[in-house]
Amino acid sequence: MLHWLWLVPAFPFAGYLVLALAGARLSRTSVASIGVGTVGLATLVACGVGLSFIYSPPVNHTYSQTLWTWISVGNFSPKIAFYLDALSLVMTLVVTFVSFLIHLYSSAFMIDEEGYSRFFAYMNLFVGSMLTLVLADNFLLLYLGWEGVGLCSYLLIGFWYKDPVNGRAACKAFIVTRIGDTAFAIGLFLLFTQLGTLQIQEVMQRAAQQWTAGSSLAVAASALLLGGAVGKSAQLPLQTWLPDAMAGPTPVSALIHAATMVTAGVYLIARAHVLFSLAPSVQLVVAIIGLATLLLAGFSALVQRDIKRVLAYSTISQIGYMFLALGVGAWSAAIFHLMTHAFFKALLFLAAGVVILAMHEEHDMFKMGGLRSRLPLTFWTFLVGAASLSALPLVTAGFYSKDLILWGAWSSPSGSTWLWVGGLVGALLTSLYTFRVVFLTFFGELNHEVSYAPDIRLRLPLIVLAVLSVVGGFVELPRTLGDRPLFSNFMGSVLPALEHVGGDTRTELALQIIAAVVSISGIYLAYLFFLRRRSFATGIAGSTVGTVLRRFWFGGWGFDWLYEHSLVKPFVWLVRANKDDFIDSIYDGIARLNEVFYGLLARTETGKVRWYMTGIAFGAIVAIAIAVFL
Amino acid sequence: MILAWMIIILLLGGVGAWAANRFSALWSRSLSLVALSIDLVLALVVVASPSRESGTGQWLVQLNYNWIPQFGISFHLGLDGLSLLLVFLTLFLGIISVLCSWNEVREHVGFFHFNLLWILSGIIGVFLALDLFLFYFFWELMLVPMYFLIGIWGHENRIYAAIKFFLFTQASGLLMLIAIVGLYFVHGRATGIYTFDYLQLLGTSMSPAVAMWLMLGFFVAFAVKLPAIPFHSWLPDAHTEAPTAGSVILAGLLLKTGAYGLLRFVVPLFPDAARVFAPVAMVIAVIGILYGAMLAFAQTDLKRLVAYTSISHMGFVVLGIFALNGIAMQGAVIQILCHGISTGALFVLVGALDERIHTRNLDQMGGLWSVVPRLGAVTMLFALASLGLPGLGNFVGEFLVLFGSYRVNIPLTVLATVGIVFATVYSLWIIQRAFHGPMREYPKLRDLSPREVGITALLIAAIVWLGFSPQPVFNIARPSVESVIQNVSEQRQDNPWVVGTLGSSGQGGTP
Amino acid sequence: MPALPMEHGLLLAALLFALGLLGVLVRRNVIFILMSIEIMLNAAGLAFVVAGSRWSQADGQVMFILILAVAAAEVSVGLALVLQLYRRLQTLDVDVASKMRG
Repeated sequence: MLHWLWLVPAFPFAGYLVLALAGARLSRTSVASIGVGTVGLATLVACGVGLSFIYSPPVNHTYSQTLWTWISVGNFSPKIAFYLDALSLVMTLVVTFVSFLIHLYSSAFMIDEEGYSRFFAYMNLFVGSMLTLVLADNFLLLYLGWEGVGLCSYLLIGFWYKDPVNGRAACKAFIVTRIGDTAFAIGLFLLFTQLGTLQIQEVMQRAAQQWTAGSSLAVAASALLLGGAVGKSAQLPLQTWLPDAMAGPTPVSALIHAATMVTAGVYLIARAHVLFSLAPSVQLVVAIIGLATLLLAGFSALVQRDIKRVLAYSTISQIGYMFLALGVGAWSAAIFHLMTHAFFKALLFLAAGVVILAMHEEHDMFKMGGLRSRLPLTFWTFLVGAASLSALPLVTAGFYSKDLILWGAWSSPSGSTWLWVGGLVGALLTSLYTFRVVFLTFFGELNHEVSYAPDIRLRLPLIVLAVLSVVGGFVELPRTLGDRPLFSNFMGSVLPALEHVGGDTRTELALQIIAAVVSISGIYLAYLFFLRRRSFATGIAGSTVGTVLRRFWFGGWGFDWLYEHSLVKPFVWLVRANKDDFIDSIYDGIARLNEVFYGLLARTETGKVRWYMTGIAFGAIVAIAIAVFL
Repeated sequence: MILAWMIIILLLGGVGAWAANRFSALWSRSLSLVALSIDLVLALVVVASPSRESGTGQWLVQLNYNWIPQFGISFHLGLDGLSLLLVFLTLFLGIISVLCSWNEVREHVGFFHFNLLWILSGIIGVFLALDLFLFYFFWELMLVPMYFLIGIWGHENRIYAAIKFFLFTQASGLLMLIAIVGLYFVHGRATGIYTFDYLQLLGTSMSPAVAMWLMLGFFVAFAVKLPAIPFHSWLPDAHTEAPTAGSVILAGLLLKTGAYGLLRFVVPLFPDAARVFAPVAMVIAVIGILYGAMLAFAQTDLKRLVAYTSISHMGFVVLGIFALNGIAMQGAVIQILCHGISTGALFVLVGALDERIHTRNLDQMGGLWSVVPRLGAVTMLFALASLGLPGLGNFVGEFLVLFGSYRVNIPLTVLATVGIVFATVYSLWIIQRAFHGPMREYPKLRDLSPREVGITALLIAAIVWLGFSPQPVFNIARPSVESVIQNVSEQRQDNPWVVGTLGSSGQGGTP
Repeated sequence: MPALPMEHGLLLAALLFALGLLGVLVRRNVIFILMSIEIMLNAAGLAFVVAGSRWSQADGQVMFILILAVAAAEVSVGLALVLQLYRRLQTLDVDVASKMRG
């Protein structure tokens, strides 16, 4: 079964090819069946591969499959090859499964759109690229997938291309991530030059052999990879593109900008964990970036009006948690949170999509309200997702994954109380802004009469994801609650387990209780501010400090403004100023000089015979004088 | 003899196409196609029959006749992997340019095809010549018909552009002639054999100062053709004003003769001087990458924009060549091919667009995707190729160059990589301004015709193939690249600079 | 009869030549210019003759006859041009005929 691995990315690519070449001539039904079907097939194959991987594990718990040699120049010989281990298997399953559900959802959600086949073509290309990224056996192929998903993100954000705003958002997303990718690419140059290979496992082996911990090369290499990860995963300082990326259709936001692509950075760091372990300083930076991002984005999420932008900031914030986990060396906790986040964030986006559809493209939460009774299924599933995001204790997947991260931040050798406190503040913010959305959207008075019955293809993914958002956490029960770390054990073959130095089971329990209290109090505060006493919230927001902060947070802490004025505008100004290429003017200058001389000489050409005669006579005299006297 | 026939068939085909216009324009067009196809078949025959009757070492086929023996001038042609790839590129783009001018050129059709085929035969001659005098002859042979092509069938400002093109290339060509003659005498004085033969001139010993001056003579000539900063300013004008076929040939082939010259002449003939000069050349290359990309972004004329991207992309070629190691040089070779295809394609597409909406001004476009989706999709693909998207050929070229040059010079490589971000900016700009955005009012536009679909399908197939499976190209080019590299790194012990290029941890630079 | 010193003859020739040149430069009437050119030609011829007699060579006379022939041809062409000039411009002023001005 394992040798069918290549089919996993191949199916979506095939779907893409068919849709790209013949999509315009196909009916909507066949477009949908190709688009959804190929991803479905990929999911099936992935499940089969996964089962056979778990039940008859290959040697060393890794399996690799080479399709063909891509490039072979000297010792530079990356192959088109796939590599399966526990990490890539989990990623593959998450990606295929979530993609399949979202594809199913989109087939109903996008049904009235003009570019139906274009949409599915891009989506399939995305899934194929994402799977390539995840399964790549060498960094160059990973980079191919990496750029491929970036491209699809660009194409899908700008899906409604007629509105220039969408186009701008799409370009911004692509360019900002490309800046990170540049760092990533330079990192690859460094790795190859120093280690002589790009095959990921060999790179890790050789790095561990040749570099000592903290050596400058290890630091440089991991810092450069971090640059790529930061761009793709929308972390500080390259986080600005993600909120704008919400310009794309909602399923796109769910799939690309929440569940899968944006977590690629986390995957990359986990994949290269050996490298990061060799560079403790960079790992600390990862943790700090994660913490800073999760707090910044949390505050920004708190003041947004657009439901999708709240979710976007929340995504940034949750990926911040994953970075925090990576930074303290809690590798499997990061991947665990990645998985649960994929479930509940996709769920939240999809549910929000139904809300937006029901509200006729209205994104502003303050114009919604009371939808609970009108969209019961959407409400309940959204509530499950929100609970999971807020890490409601015991019953939600988000609790288990976030708890693991917080525990790691406390107890890891590189962790500290400050990281834990920061994470806790983030948790409070999370439940606060999440339930702000819930209360504003689904509770309160009904602003618009809504009658909308979602299609089964919209409902089914919501239900499945809601179930996963609950049970997805039970694969990893902490020591205090049953102690069944299935997920960490499974990951153990790839990612080293975290060594806990900072506490025993009792501390862990105490911390969990604190986290639970924080989470619930966040929900209560949200209830207080946004349902019970709206005047509290408006009062705070209306005060002078409140207004300033609200504006500041609403604009994403002024990063956009800063970049616009410090980078974009000067660049554009410089480029425009030199539109006609000053070097050309040098050549023009030479030409002009020639013209001047020509003009001077032309003036001697008077057309008068006597003038010429004088010239001849004078010239003859000079010539004779030279001949005689010299 | 097959090599001479390749050139002769094109020359005769050109004359025939001119004459055939008496009957009808279709005859000239078909005759040109036939001539190019025969050449393609001949090239395939060369590949398919590894008889190597007259070939030795890296050379698959050679042909050597006396021409003017008094001066040591011979009619010496030779084909190795590098020339073979470039000859294929020439014929491929030649066919594309005949096809893409099928409707565009309606006046003096016969003379047009005469010029087209004579340029192509000049280019093939340049790629095959192994005698410096013969090389110079073909070098100039390309020039005059190109001048006519721009001057007669070009756009509004064509005379200015044609003269500018002619002056730049002619002046630099004369500089090269001086260098060639200089080399001839240096070699003659040293050995007593006065010859223009490339193979004999290889390894001429001369003082460093002389070598540097002669190398600069060659370098400047090729740098103008490439074009490298600061000799680039003829290019935007020539590309913009030339007819589509002219732009395709200019960008796709004429620029490549510069790169070929660097690979074939500058580095092998003057290895020591090239090594000393390499850092400077790399700086020029990187400035070209960044500066070209910035200028491209500033343009509003779509054709001019694409023209400036050539400067940026050819910077990678120069960077790859002067990194003087195998990976980078192989990268440069494939970048040469891919840039020929991708930029050629972009010019074809811009030409197709111009044919439909009669403007090249980006400010007057917008929302074209909904009117001509196929044209949009294909343009997007090639815009993506030019921003170096993995999976398309340019990525392979650019990344190999960067991988190679990183060993040599880290800061320059980093800057060149930043150039890729700039490339992203201008490529997306094309798509954003022309195809996305609110739709403007257009008269009824026709999407790509079957002929155009055929052309673009060929180009797409080529660029995707080079992106996913470029290995055959590397295999063909390997002997040539190897010999260049060996030549350069012979005395690497006494030059710390090259030791650096070959990597400290034992990764040899040669493939 | 004592021969005239060569210097006198050459001085006369130079004088004539200078007069002729001056005439070409200052006269605007094309007929006078042609006449001045004749004077210059004859001055040159005189110089040849003087030189020929100084060394008792016939070459001087030969050259003079050549000059006469050239002058005759030149005058015939010149007068034809003068006629054309007059027909086209209704004047004999050479400064008016400045169509070749750069």
